[in-house]
Amino acid sequence: MRTAFPFSAIVGQEDMKLAMLIAAADPGIGGVMVFGDRGTGKSTAVRALAALLPPLSAVIGCAYHGDPQAPVGVCSPDCAACASPRPLKAAPLSTPVVDLPLGATEDRVVGALDLEQALARGERRFEPGLLARAHRGFLYIDEVNLLEDHLVDLLLDVAASGENVVEREGLSVRHPARFVLIGSGNPEEGELRPQLLDRFGLSVDVKTPETLQERVEVVRRRDAFDRDPAAFLARYAKADAKVADAIVSARKRLPAVETPDAMLEWASRLCMAIGSDGLRGELTLIRGARAVASLDGDEAVSDRHLRRVAVMALRHRLRRNPLDETGSAARIERAMAEI
Amino acid sequence: MSDASAPTPWADAVQGAMLLAVDPLGLGGIVLRAGAGPARDAWLDGLREILPPGTPWRRCPPHIPDDRLLGGLDLAGSLAAGRAVASPGLLAEADGGLVILPMAERLSDATAARIAATLDAQDVAVERSGLALRLSARIAIVALDEGVGPDERAPAALLERCAFHVDAGPARLGDLLAMAAESADVARAQQVRRRMAPVADALIVSVCEAAVALGVESARAPLFAVRAACAAAALDGRSDVTVEDIALAARLVLAPRATRAPAEDVAPDPADDEDAADAADPPEADADAPHAEAPPIDMVIAAARAALPDAVLDAARAQGRARMSRAHAGGGGDRIVSPHRGRPVGSRAGALCAGERLNIAETLRAAAPWQKLRGATGRVAVRREDFRVRRFVEHRDSTTIVVVDASGSAAFQRLAEAKGAVELLLANAYVSRTRVALVSFRQTAAEVLLPPTRSLARARKLLADLPGGGGTPLANGIEAAFLLAQAEKAKGRTPLLLFLTDGRANITRAGALGRAQAEADALQVAAFVRGAGFAAIHVDTSARPGPGAEKLAHAMGARYAPLPYLDARAVLGLAQSSPSAAS
Repeated sequence: MRTAFPFSAIVGQEDMKLAMLIAAADPGIGGVMVFGDRGTGKSTAVRALAALLPPLSAVIGCAYHGDPQAPVGVCSPDCAACASPRPLKAAPLSTPVVDLPLGATEDRVVGALDLEQALARGERRFEPGLLARAHRGFLYIDEVNLLEDHLVDLLLDVAASGENVVEREGLSVRHPARFVLIGSGNPEEGELRPQLLDRFGLSVDVKTPETLQERVEVVRRRDAFDRDPAAFLARYAKADAKVADAIVSARKRLPAVETPDAMLEWASRLCMAIGSDGLRGELTLIRGARAVASLDGDEAVSDRHLRRVAVMALRHRLRRNPLDETGSAARIERAMAEI
Repeated sequence: MSDASAPTPWADAVQGAMLLAVDPLGLGGIVLRAGAGPARDAWLDGLREILPPGTPWRRCPPHIPDDRLLGGLDLAGSLAAGRAVASPGLLAEADGGLVILPMAERLSDATAARIAATLDAQDVAVERSGLALRLSARIAIVALDEGVGPDERAPAALLERCAFHVDAGPARLGDLLAMAAESADVARAQQVRRRMAPVADALIVSVCEAAVALGVESARAPLFAVRAACAAAALDGRSDVTVEDIALAARLVLAPRATRAPAEDVAPDPADDEDAADAADPPEADADAPHAEAPPIDMVIAAARAALPDAVLDAARAQGRARMSRAHAGGGGDRIVSPHRGRPVGSRAGALCAGERLNIAETLRAAAPWQKLRGATGRVAVRREDFRVRRFVEHRDSTTIVVVDASGSAAFQRLAEAKGAVELLLANAYVSRTRVALVSFRQTAAEVLLPPTRSLARARKLLADLPGGGGTPLANGIEAAFLLAQAEKAKGRTPLLLFLTDGRANITRAGALGRAQAEADALQVAAFVRGAGFAAIHVDTSARPGPGAEKLAHAMGARYAPLPYLDARAVLGLAQSSPSAAS
């Protein structure tokens, strides 16, 4: 695995970075979909984020690295380690950021019979798959639109329910799989099904930097990174540590962040004005704004926070009129200006 | 800077190959668009010879299955050992070397995406058949694009990740060029490159400016240019990059990606430019810049311009087309479950008949729980009921090709409606699982304005400036649509031709004026459409529907629908009611 490019050294792309920090601060946000042309740093940002996430505390001996604070019954019924008397023995574990490579087969994604054990000893044992590995962390899928449909359906179902149910080869296994789904795709490869898009909490659109200065800076930093990765990492270590601290303190602050009624009303009014389908939009908008407030170190949600997340929380939930030339983002901006 | 000395494409290919040999990981690869032949063979041999001895060199067939590309279960090994034994895929085998992709234009998007992911990560993640491995795969690729038509191109995901694109065209005798370096020179250059001085800031700025001027969007392109310049300097034995290296890199890396020609008056007054460059630079960068000479931007752009194809707009459009024609995969699409071809989608229990393919891991997994009962000792007892055969899914999409008469008088209204119809068709592409293309004909020629696509965003961009006016070269229009339909059929899609015209041709196939000849030509071309058996609808848009149009529709074997007041929804209805749109 090559060294990850530091998160704070990514030039521009503020929306994408904010969306990822929101997902890091509040994993319940429901995943992030990143749309963008080739060469805009989508994968770079995800891999960079992985280096900043705070370590977890995981139960020793649990195949699903369960939470030692969780009550009995949260982990898989088959997990002996989590069912033992409290307190549980735990060890730190870096937050998993699991790559779902294209070409992955279903048995590796959901888990399957452990072939080696079965062949050598005739034992029927479950071998956890990628979903188990991503539990309590992130699952990253590059080029979502190239993934087989049956895998995408399966992933979305697990991401929404937080539980992976495996019924195959005489196995019947249930285990928790709560993860933040991060997808990336290129709109030119075709569009995604609206049902699929709606399941993602946030959706951001990344573009090539437009100003010359930014483009020059991209090349300059990348060149410096290629030349001497260690020195480059050291140069941005301080800034990266600051971001990592912000994530940790945001997580601590998040439960205490207040949401005034006026802000709930603001969010509802915006969703009505743009005619977004369903309630998921409003809920994500509020939840995202709370995460932004906690990242900013604020104690209550204000319309400033709402405005920052409005476009990424709602742009993929608008009913599309194919003959309307204006983009979703522009429609949301306009509606916000009128409130 | 005159382009009298502009090198031939084959010379560029040689130059690119040498730079790639110096820095294969940084430059990603080279796409050579040329037919198979002695020149290409000589070039490949030359490239292989200048690489350090022992460098892996793997040829990857375009229809390689995933278990060979990425890695999979070694059947013989697993059965003999009684445990899962992995066999590395081709990408991992090529670690530290080159992967050759012959017939790159035939690579599927799915395969290209797997190779692209490997180029990005420099390793290959195998999550297949009970195996979870991460194998190092530091590779560069040599894509040999043998496409002839503008629709046949290497996948965009690979083009993006290869520094060099060379469109070599047919080779002449003088194109059998030898590499201007030897293996020892390359090895020395690799050493020099590792100790390269930082690239002067002014040079980086000039590369980015050139990229902007040429309309190159990706952030990867300027990076590749900088790395190519470093490789060029290293090959020359220098550890500092000069303007000449940057100019060479701009020609090899940026020019082939250009989507527009730089404006002629872009080269500004040198003094101005220096000021601008200073303003953009941080002061300390200026101080240690080893080359404080004349601003290189005009030189860089001039170098790139010399290498631009004659009509950059054509190139730009061809590039757009390459992206568009591959704009599919995932999504919807009619699917046929097939035991033979397509993308694998799991497996099912079944007898192993001729032509079916066994899924080894699943079969072993099915047999595993029974081993004790069957009294297996050492060897795995696999019985007939354990067999799991692979299932594949094939996409059978259909493509609606809208052919618009953009000529003369009523063109304006018709064009607007045709645009509306195309957008409506696209908006429905989800539901009806079709792709939409647009061909327009006017003045003396026909043109594929919108290659088959499902992407609304791109379609809208292209439709925005659809020109109108001029004569009616109907025969050319039908011909262009016919060729496109044939290309679509070759890709396994079912074309539906939708003509929006009044059927009054007045330009002959050769481009001359003459109503009688033009109509005869149109009928003649129409017979091809009928002969190929393409489904077609002829919407007669003239104010007074006449027998001429009906005759033409009959000649094409098309359904005739007079629609004097053309409106988009009616056209959509027609297209959807067509039997082939449903199939």
